[in-house]
Amino acid sequence: MNPKTHFRLAVLHVVVVAMLLVLLGRLWNLQVINGEHYRQVAAQNRIREIVVPATRGMILDIHGRPLVRNRASLVVSVDRTVLSRQDDGGKAVLERLAATLGTTRAELEKRIRLCSPTVKRPCWPGSPYQPIPVADRVDPKQALQIMERAEEYPGVTAAVQAVREYPEPEGAVAAQTLGYLQPITQEELDERRGLKVTGYSGVDLIGRDGLEAHYDADLRGRAGVREVLVDSQGRVTGTAREQPPIPGSSLVTSLDARIQAAAEQAIKNAVDKARQAGSKADSGAAVVMDARTGRVVALASYPTYDPSVWIGGISQAEYDALLGKSKGQPLISRAIQGQFPPASTFKISSVAAAVADGYPLNGVYPCPGSYRVGNREFRNFEGQAHGNMNLHRALVVSCDTIFYKFAYEQWLRDGGLKPVKKPKDPMAAMARNFGFGSKTGIDLPNEASGRIPDRTWKREYWEATKDDTCKAAKNGYKELERTAPTRAAYLKAIAKEHCAEGYVWRPGDAANFSIGQGDVLVTPLQLARAYAALANGGKLVVPRVGLAVIRPDGTVVRRIEPPEPKRLPVDGKVLAYMRKALAEVTTQGTAAGAFSGFDLKKVHVAGKTGTAEVYGKDDTAWFASFAPAKDPRFVVVAVISQSGTGGTYAAPAVREIYETMYGLNGKKAALVNGDLPTALPKVNPDGSTSVPTGTAP
Amino acid sequence: MIAGIGVTDVVEGYGGRYTWRHRLAGLRRLDWSLILAVVALSVLSALLVRSATWAELAEQGKDPDGFLKRHLLNLGIGFALGAVVSMLDYRLLRAYAPIVYGLACAGLVAVLSPLGKTINGSHSWIVLGGGFQVQPSEFAKVGLVVLLAMLLAEPRDGEPRDADAGPGPRDIVLALALAGAPAALVMAQPDLGTTLVLGAVVLGMLAMAGVRKRWLAGLTGGAVLAACAVWFLGLLKPYQIARFTAFANPEADPRGAGYNAMQARIAVGSGGVTGKGLFAGEQTGGHFVPEQQTDFIFTVAGEELGFIGGGLIILLLGVVLWRGLRIASSAADPFGALVAAGVVCWLGFQMFENIGMTLGIMPITGLPLPLVSYGGSATFANMIALGLLQAVHLRARPFPA
Repeated sequence: MNPKTHFRLAVLHVVVVAMLLVLLGRLWNLQVINGEHYRQVAAQNRIREIVVPATRGMILDIHGRPLVRNRASLVVSVDRTVLSRQDDGGKAVLERLAATLGTTRAELEKRIRLCSPTVKRPCWPGSPYQPIPVADRVDPKQALQIMERAEEYPGVTAAVQAVREYPEPEGAVAAQTLGYLQPITQEELDERRGLKVTGYSGVDLIGRDGLEAHYDADLRGRAGVREVLVDSQGRVTGTAREQPPIPGSSLVTSLDARIQAAAEQAIKNAVDKARQAGSKADSGAAVVMDARTGRVVALASYPTYDPSVWIGGISQAEYDALLGKSKGQPLISRAIQGQFPPASTFKISSVAAAVADGYPLNGVYPCPGSYRVGNREFRNFEGQAHGNMNLHRALVVSCDTIFYKFAYEQWLRDGGLKPVKKPKDPMAAMARNFGFGSKTGIDLPNEASGRIPDRTWKREYWEATKDDTCKAAKNGYKELERTAPTRAAYLKAIAKEHCAEGYVWRPGDAANFSIGQGDVLVTPLQLARAYAALANGGKLVVPRVGLAVIRPDGTVVRRIEPPEPKRLPVDGKVLAYMRKALAEVTTQGTAAGAFSGFDLKKVHVAGKTGTAEVYGKDDTAWFASFAPAKDPRFVVVAVISQSGTGGTYAAPAVREIYETMYGLNGKKAALVNGDLPTALPKVNPDGSTSVPTGTAP
Repeated sequence: MIAGIGVTDVVEGYGGRYTWRHRLAGLRRLDWSLILAVVALSVLSALLVRSATWAELAEQGKDPDGFLKRHLLNLGIGFALGAVVSMLDYRLLRAYAPIVYGLACAGLVAVLSPLGKTINGSHSWIVLGGGFQVQPSEFAKVGLVVLLAMLLAEPRDGEPRDADAGPGPRDIVLALALAGAPAALVMAQPDLGTTLVLGAVVLGMLAMAGVRKRWLAGLTGGAVLAACAVWFLGLLKPYQIARFTAFANPEADPRGAGYNAMQARIAVGSGGVTGKGLFAGEQTGGHFVPEQQTDFIFTVAGEELGFIGGGLIILLLGVVLWRGLRIASSAADPFGALVAAGVVCWLGFQMFENIGMTLGIMPITGLPLPLVSYGGSATFANMIALGLLQAVHLRARPFPA
């Protein structure tokens, strides 16, 4: 035998021993040194958390009528993990499922693909490890087909789930106020991972707007968790731990479905009427509020939409078609987000400002057809001259020139073009006291704050926009010149002026401000609150839609109390004086026509019309009111954008709402003895609700 | 044609007469520590195969012991084959080696023809019908070991060789050519693991045959260059590369290429010192590790029997290798020594590669664990190899040099 062989066999001995030692060492390293780590990984490997969503609470009106509730729906879901383990990646399964559900595989694939910045809806924004709902409202027959032939549909489940439903009681939709739900995004999930107590999970829907968003924590409940043991195919082999879900509580609101429906209908009628008259009438809103407490009874916004479009996901195309710009952006609640110049409805603030500034409340002032402010004539509405009058009359007939005088004189006292260091600006200060220019603090998201312009604001605005305006002043509006040369020339002149000295608070600005025109913007809700303060004797209430949170078993979690209102620094006598004046608006003033035939003896409505003029647009109509005039209980405000005069379009809408509230003109009263119920509705464990005793719906 | 067991005429005992007495004496002279180790491994193997398969079989409503029964049958046939081979005079094998080799190569060619069947991504089976299938690549290993031993053991006719020189360039080229044919066929299946085993066998046997160091160094260098060429010329499919490299960092793609490596490591690691108990492995019961009765059977041992059980399997395999080396050292002739050394290289490399891949220190290739994994062809080939070791042992020199 080759002597080398012996030596080399010895080497092979060493190699074999070395290999054995390496394997043993590595085994020791894995099992003994890192054993604990791998034991933990192994546990994660085979225990999968399945989130059991909690049933979301209902949103009820003040009588317990559900505005949003849940309906049991057969939902078909697809598990991506199981599909991906099919030989063909699940194509055949989806093909079969599509045939059963009467859709296409491409459509299903779109719904189960994961959303990303480049992948737009339809797609799944939730966790990829959760079953993804692909169809709700499945017919029991289809569901049975899927469940009976489970082997043909691996990864597909059909189960009963709670789905949002909008019963529209009495015809009330309140879409923008209720808001909508969307699956929680991965970013939101990641954000909340740190604070696990909130109980969000991949399958959860999250309130995206309105009450659903604001009261999300109450409505949501807490999702349960089932920790199941799974094998590598994700097949469940047992349950490790189960924590049942805690169903969400229901939200009782102060909304009254009948009044809400009436408000929605009234705004729609007004819009239709204005459109028939040839106006654009692009949007509108109405607010009904308890003047003493700030409880919101109705919030209507036009255009509106059917909130059930959100159920089961919405595609980008559907979104654009139903909720986009072409449809007037119906997601935006004009009642709290719409900002309009308030016009003459603003005069309650201006009167209070003038009196606070020393003008006698009972003084007599001239109301000429026009008033010279600086070097420009400012005309009354339609140039009418009314002679001398007191402030009462000024409100009733809506005289503008009196307010121009106040504003101009105050402007001069503040130093005019060369303002003193701390201008008093009584009009702007009073407007802020009335709550304009800042959010009301209502329990709804995305509220707009409106705008109270003054010297500071104008300078800031000028600085922010001067680059553009100066460019326009130089170059003009080329495109507009071809279509509308007069308008282009006008705009160019304005731009020139703005560019040069747009920061100057001119006397015209002050004059316009005093009658709620120019750059003043308010939301309908702000105006309603200001009128509530006028009506209730000076309390600047904080509006609330939510009334109470009630558990599914009927126990009251908490009553939602509005925060302590601020005091309006206006003498009670002044407020009483204005209330008296506004009471005449409906009998002999600007809204007398709209209220002719209205039983004012039964319910005396007091209010103020407003007609805001915006260059190049139709007028915006306002009517802000309260009733009963002697002992005000409710405030009703309506605005119809780009329609016409307040007396023609807004006041009739408000009248319609009052008719439903008090049961006039053949309508059945929504209020009981002119008041809202005081007792909370009862929520029964089975999800039904009942009306509090002693009141009729 | 069964040759008798010679007793006195150890070297020249061709066709010596045999009696019952001789046979009993022969039985006594078998390498019993090798047999005991193999029996112990077979028992463990049966338990592990059952543990890896019963849950899924039960789930599918089949006999939970179905795999166990087939495995026991395979083991029975394997032991019988091994016994027969051990009783053969291995020197006669020289005559049959080309036939075994030729049959194996023919089988490998057949596999690539439409007769072949793909199982688990590898086109390496011939289905015989009746639930039987053959994996020719397993038998190619046996054929190659015997053929190379024959080629390298002694100088060919008319070519006297310096005793120190070992096989010369012509032998080396011929050996590489003989190994190259099955290796290429196996690679075409594609079965990277078996190709590596064939390579390890050639290299090991050339080394044991006494090929000069510079040739060995050249061969090793050539192998490395060839590997680089395969790599850079893109002869491997992307999934093979991914699988091959995933062992280094399985977390990079835990649901894809790294899945096997990751799951294997988790299963073994979670076993700890004492394991979770036989049939009580949660990772095993949940089928997290793929191919668990074959390529990844060591994970069952690791998870359920812990370091004690896993270490025991490694030690038992070590005993097999150690006995193989002893048999090689004490073989009566270079041919026997090379056969034994070849078997050791084969089993040793395959064991290291298989356990190494489950532990994450070797790349993942489709190779069963010798003497432990479930499988017909593999079990038969392994048992034949062990039979060869016994045959060489029975004719060993009484006083090993």
